Amino acid sequence: MAERPEDLNLPNAVITRIIKEALPDGVNVSKEARRAISQAASVFVLYATSCANNFAMKAKRKTLNAADVLAAMEEMEFERFLEPLREALEVYKKGKKEVSEQKRKEKEKKETDNDKSREEEDDEERMEEEPEAENDAEEEEVEN
Amino acid sequence: MKMSANTADKDNNVSTNKNISLPISRVRLIMKSSPDVSNINQEALFLTTKATELFVQYLAVSSFNNGSGKGSKSLSYSDLASTAEENDTFHFLTDILPKKILAGDYLKTLEQIEDEEADI
Repeated sequence: MAERPEDLNLPNAVITRIIKEALPDGVNVSKEARRAISQAASVFVLYATSCANNFAMKAKRKTLNAADVLAAMEEMEFERFLEPLREALEVYKKGKKEVSEQKRKEKEKKETDNDKSREEEDDEERMEEEPEAENDAEEEEVEN
Repeated sequence: MKMSANTADKDNNVSTNKNISLPISRVRLIMKSSPDVSNINQEALFLTTKATELFVQYLAVSSFNNGSGKGSKSLSYSDLASTAEENDTFHFLTDILPKKILAGDYLKTLEQIEDEEADI
C-alpha cells in the first residue's frame, strides 16, 4: 500500500491551484506556505477519516459512508462545509447516474449493432422491432 | 470482483472530473493509512475529497485575512502558523504548523525563565 511517505502527500500542483483560486488575484504564496497547506490538508484527511470512522464504529458498520463524513465535519466544527458538501454530493449522484445511463446506452447500441450485423446475415425482417423494445425496458429500469 | 472495482473507478473518474480537482485515489490512500479504517464507500470518498478542497480554500483565505501580508499581497508560513494557533477550528494543526521563533529570542526567553526562577 503506502510504501513511500510521499505517497501520503497531495499533489502540489493541484493544491497550489486551489489556493490561487481561493485568494484574490496576484497574491504571492510562499513555497513554505504552500507546503504547509498541503501537509495540513493531509492531516485534515486523516482527522476527518478518524472522526468518520468513529461514527461508523458506533453504528457497528465496517464501511464509511457519506453520513459519517458529514457527521465528522460537524464534530470537527467545519459546519460551514456541510451545505456545499451536500450540494456537491447531489451533483455527484446525478452525474454518476447519467454516466451509468450513458454507458448502458452505449452498451445497448453496441449490442444492437452486433445484433444488426448478425441479423442482417441470417434474418433481415426481425431486426427492426426487437432492439427498440429492449431499449424501453432498460430505460425504465434506470429511472427506478 | 476485479472487474466491478475497475468499472466503479472509471465511473468515478468521469463523473468527478467536473466537481473535484484533487485525485480521489490519493485521498483514498491517505484514508486507508488510518489503521482502523476497513472500507470506504464511493460517496464517503468523494465527500472527503471535496471537503479537503474546501479546507484548503478556507485555511488559505483565513490565514491571508488574519495575516500580516494583506498589504503586500503575500501569504507566508507564519500567517498559517498564527491561524493554527489563534483559530479554534484550526487548532488540530498546531503540531504540524509550529510557530517559528528566532534562536536569539528563544535564548532570551530561556534567560528570562532562569531569572524568574532565581528570583524565587
